[in-house]
Amino acid sequence: MIKIDNLHKDFGKNQVLKGVDLSIAEGGIFAILGPNGSGKTTLIKSILGMVIPNKGDIFIDDTPIKKSWKYREQIDYLPQIANFPANLTVQELIRMIKDLRNKPGDDTALISSFQLSPFLDKKLSNLSGGTKQKVNLVLTLMFDSPLIILDEPTTGLDPIALLELKKIIQIEKEKGKTVLITSHIMSFVEEIADEIVFLLEGKVYFKGNISTLKEKTKENDFEHAIANLLKENNA
Amino acid sequence: MFQIRKILFLAIFLLPVSLLGKTIKVCNSCEIKTIKSGIVIAKALDTVLVKKGKYNEFNIVIDKPLTLLGENYPIIDGELKGGIIKVISDNVTVDGLFIINVGTSYTEDYAAVRVVKSKNFLIQNLVLEKLFFGIYLEKSRDGRVFHNKIIGDAVEEYNSGNGIQLWYSQNIDIENNIITHVRDGIYLEFANDCRIKNNISSNNLRYGLHFMFSNNDLYENNTFENNGAGVAVMFSKKIKMLNNTFKENWGAASYGLLLKEINDAEIIGNIFKENTIGINIEGSNRIKYTKNSFVKNGWAIKVRGACYTNIFSNNNFMYNSFDVSYNSKLNDNKFDNNYWSGYTGYDLDKNGVGDVPYRPVKLFSYIVNRTPETIILMRSLFIDMIDFSEKVSPVFTPDDLLDKYPLMKKQG
Amino acid sequence: MLKILKYSFYDLIRSRWSYVYLLFYLALGFVLLFLNNDLSKAVITLMNVIIILVPLIGTIFGVMYYYNSKEFTELLLAQPIKRSSIFLGQYLGVALSLSMSLVIGLGLPFAMYGLFQSSAIWEFSLLLITGTFLTLIFTALAFNIALYNENKIKGFSYAILLWLFMAVIYDGLFLMSLIMFESYPLDKFSIGVTLFNPIDLSRILILLKLDISALLGYTGAVFQKFFGTNLGVILSCIALSIWVFLPTFNIYRKSKKKDF
Repeated sequence: MIKIDNLHKDFGKNQVLKGVDLSIAEGGIFAILGPNGSGKTTLIKSILGMVIPNKGDIFIDDTPIKKSWKYREQIDYLPQIANFPANLTVQELIRMIKDLRNKPGDDTALISSFQLSPFLDKKLSNLSGGTKQKVNLVLTLMFDSPLIILDEPTTGLDPIALLELKKIIQIEKEKGKTVLITSHIMSFVEEIADEIVFLLEGKVYFKGNISTLKEKTKENDFEHAIANLLKENNA
Repeated sequence: MFQIRKILFLAIFLLPVSLLGKTIKVCNSCEIKTIKSGIVIAKALDTVLVKKGKYNEFNIVIDKPLTLLGENYPIIDGELKGGIIKVISDNVTVDGLFIINVGTSYTEDYAAVRVVKSKNFLIQNLVLEKLFFGIYLEKSRDGRVFHNKIIGDAVEEYNSGNGIQLWYSQNIDIENNIITHVRDGIYLEFANDCRIKNNISSNNLRYGLHFMFSNNDLYENNTFENNGAGVAVMFSKKIKMLNNTFKENWGAASYGLLLKEINDAEIIGNIFKENTIGINIEGSNRIKYTKNSFVKNGWAIKVRGACYTNIFSNNNFMYNSFDVSYNSKLNDNKFDNNYWSGYTGYDLDKNGVGDVPYRPVKLFSYIVNRTPETIILMRSLFIDMIDFSEKVSPVFTPDDLLDKYPLMKKQG
Repeated sequence: MLKILKYSFYDLIRSRWSYVYLLFYLALGFVLLFLNNDLSKAVITLMNVIIILVPLIGTIFGVMYYYNSKEFTELLLAQPIKRSSIFLGQYLGVALSLSMSLVIGLGLPFAMYGLFQSSAIWEFSLLLITGTFLTLIFTALAFNIALYNENKIKGFSYAILLWLFMAVIYDGLFLMSLIMFESYPLDKFSIGVTLFNPIDLSRILILLKLDISALLGYTGAVFQKFFGTNLGVILSCIALSIWVFLPTFNIYRKSKKKDF
C-alpha cells in the first residue's frame, strides 16, 4: 500500500527525517509512535504531499507521489488541530468538503453517532474544542477511501465519542482498509493497533506488532515497553 | 466726441453707396474684367462690385475713397506673387471677398489686405486663406476690422505672419473675427486706444493676441484656445482685460496669459481653464486681478521676478495642480477674499469667510521650479507630508503670502 | 481553483471585516459628497485616500487572511486538490472581495449623487480601476510575504514595512535622488523609477487625468511623449498588469515548493 524509500527531510538546520524506510501492507491498523520531535507528523505530511522531502521516494500503490495530487483521492486525513473558516456553519462545511472532493460522503451515520445534529446550523467559531474535533472526524471519515490517516484523533473527545471512534476504526479495518494513526494515548494504541512503527531520531527504530515489542523489550506492559525503547536508545 | 465723429463718418460713408456714388461691376464676362481696372475707372465714393468668380490679381491699390464689395464671395488669387490689396486712401471699405495665396517673403511683410496711413476704413466679411500676413494696419487710425475669417497654414514661426497686425495705429476696433493657424492671431505694436472684442483666436503658433509697447487698449469677451500661448502683454501700460476665456494653452513655455513689464492693468472676470500656466507674471506692478476663475491649470499663477503691489481678490482657484508659485521669498502682493478649492479650513462663525488663512504657495512648487522632473511625484503622500510641514512652519515660502480671508464658496 | 475561490469569497463576504471595509467606503463616499456636493472635488480627495489606503488594507487583509486560514489551508492540502489552486483561489477570493467592497462602497454613493450624468465619470472609473489594480497587487504581495514567513508577527511587520516603503519612503528616496542628480537629464530615469512602484504608477495614471496641464509644462522630450500621448496610459497599465502577474506567479511557484 505504502512504500517509503530512504526518506530525508530537514527544516533548515533541523534534520527531522534521516532515511526512513518503511513499507505498510494493505489492510490493518498501524500506529506511528515516537517521542516529541521524532518526525511522526513530518512523515505523515510527507505521505500527504504537504511536506516535500529533500531525498527519497514515496510510493502509494506502486506509483510515486512526487508532483502529483490525484492520489490524495485515495486518502482520508484527519489533521491534528482542527480550525475551520469561522463564518461557515457545520452543515455548510460538510457540504463544502464534499463539493471540493467531488465525491458523495456518508455523513448522516457519523453525525448521529457523534450526536452532532444539534450543532449543524451553528457557526464553527461558536463550537467547543471537542465538538470541533467531532466535526473534524466526520469530515474525514465520511468518505470511503482505502487509506485513512488520523493524526491524534482522540484529542478533546469525551468517553462516549471515544468509544464510537474505536468502533468506527474497527469497522473500517474490517472493510480491509489501511489506517495510520498517531496518538499519545498508549492504551488507545494498544487496544486498536495491529502493528507499531516506532520512530526515533528520524529513523524507523522498531516495526512490528505489540507482542513482538513486548518480547523484545522483556516488558509485560505496553507503556513500559515503549519507555524501555527510549531508555535503551539513551544507554 | 468720438461717437459723434463715428456716426458722422458712417453717414458720409453710407450715403454715397445708395445716393451719390455709382456702382461699377466687375466680372469675368463683364466689360470690366479685373478689379484693378475697375478701381482705375471708379471715382471717389463709388462702389466697385465684384461678382462671383476667380480673379488672379495682386498689388491692387485702392487710392481713393471707395467701397470694394464682393458678391457671393469672389475669389482673389494672388498666386503667391506678393501682397494683394493695399489701401492708401481714407474712407475705404473692403467687404465680402475671399482672398487666397498671399506671397511669402523674408524681406517684405506681404499681406492680404494692407492699410497704410489711412483713416476711417472698414474691413469686413473677408475670408483669408493661404496667407502670409492677413490684415496689416500700418500708421492708420479710426478703423474697424469686423467679422473676418483668417485661416492660415503656418508650421514654423520664422516663415509665417500674423493674422491681424497693427503697427503704429490708433483707435481701431477689432471685432468678431476668427483667426487660426497663423503666427500671432492678433499682434499690436505701438497701437494705442484699440478695442478688441468677441474674437476667437485659436491654434496659432505663437500667441493668440500679442501686445508690444501698446497702451490704453481693451480686450473683452475673446476666446484664446490652444495657442502656443494665449495672450502675451509686454511692455505696455493700462491694458484692460475683461471676460476673456483662455483655455488649453498647453506646452513647456505655454501660458494662458503672459504679463511682462506691465503696469496698471486690470484683469477682471476672465476664465483660465486647463492651461499649463494660467498667468505668468514677470516684472509687473499695480495690477488688479478680480473675479477671474482659474480652473484645472497646471499653475494658476506663476510669479517670476519682481512684482509689486498686485492685488488678487474675489477670484476662484479650482483644482489647479498649483495655485500660486513664487521663485523668491519676497512678497509684496495681496491675496484677499479668494475661493480656493484646496482650502481645508472651517468657518465657525458662518460669515462665509474661512477662520484660518490659506497658504496658496506649496513647498513642492519650489522643488519643481528647481528640479522640474520632480513633477512626477505630484500628489504623492511624501510630498503631501513635506507640504504639510512647510504649511505649519514656513521655511522656504514667503510667510506673509497668505489669503487671510479665504471664501468658503466659489464666486458667481 | 474556482471552487476554492468561491468558498474563500463567500467566507470573506460574510466576515465582519468585509462589512467594516464596505461601510468605511460607504461612509467616506457619502461624507465627502455631503460636505461639498461636488463630484470632481470628491474624486480628487478620494484619489489621495485610495492610493494610500487600498494598498494598506490589501496587505494587512491579505496577511491576516493567510494566517487565519492556515489550519483550514492544511485541511485543504490533504484533499485531492492542486496546491497552486488552493493558494491562487484563496488569493483571488480575498482580492476580489476587497475589490468588490471598494467598487460597491464608493460606487453607491457616487451613483446616488448623479455620477452617470456627470463629467467626472471617467475620472471615477479610473479611480476604481486603479483601486482594483492596487488591491490585486498588494494582496498578492501580502500572500508572498505570508508564504515566506511562518511567524505571524514577522509577517505583519514586513507587510506594514512594505506598505510604508511603497507609499512613503520610496518617494522620499526618489525625490532625494532627483534633487541630487538634478544637473543630469532625468526624465527617463524618473519614468523608469515610477514603473517600479505600483503606488506611483497608479498615481501617474490619475495625474494623467487630473494634472495633465502641469505635466506638460516640463520640457523633456521623453516626458512629453509619455504624458502627451496615450503612451503613458498604455505603459502604466502594462506595468500594473506585470505587477499583478509577477507576485501572483510567485505565489504559484512558492506554493508548489513549500512545506506545511
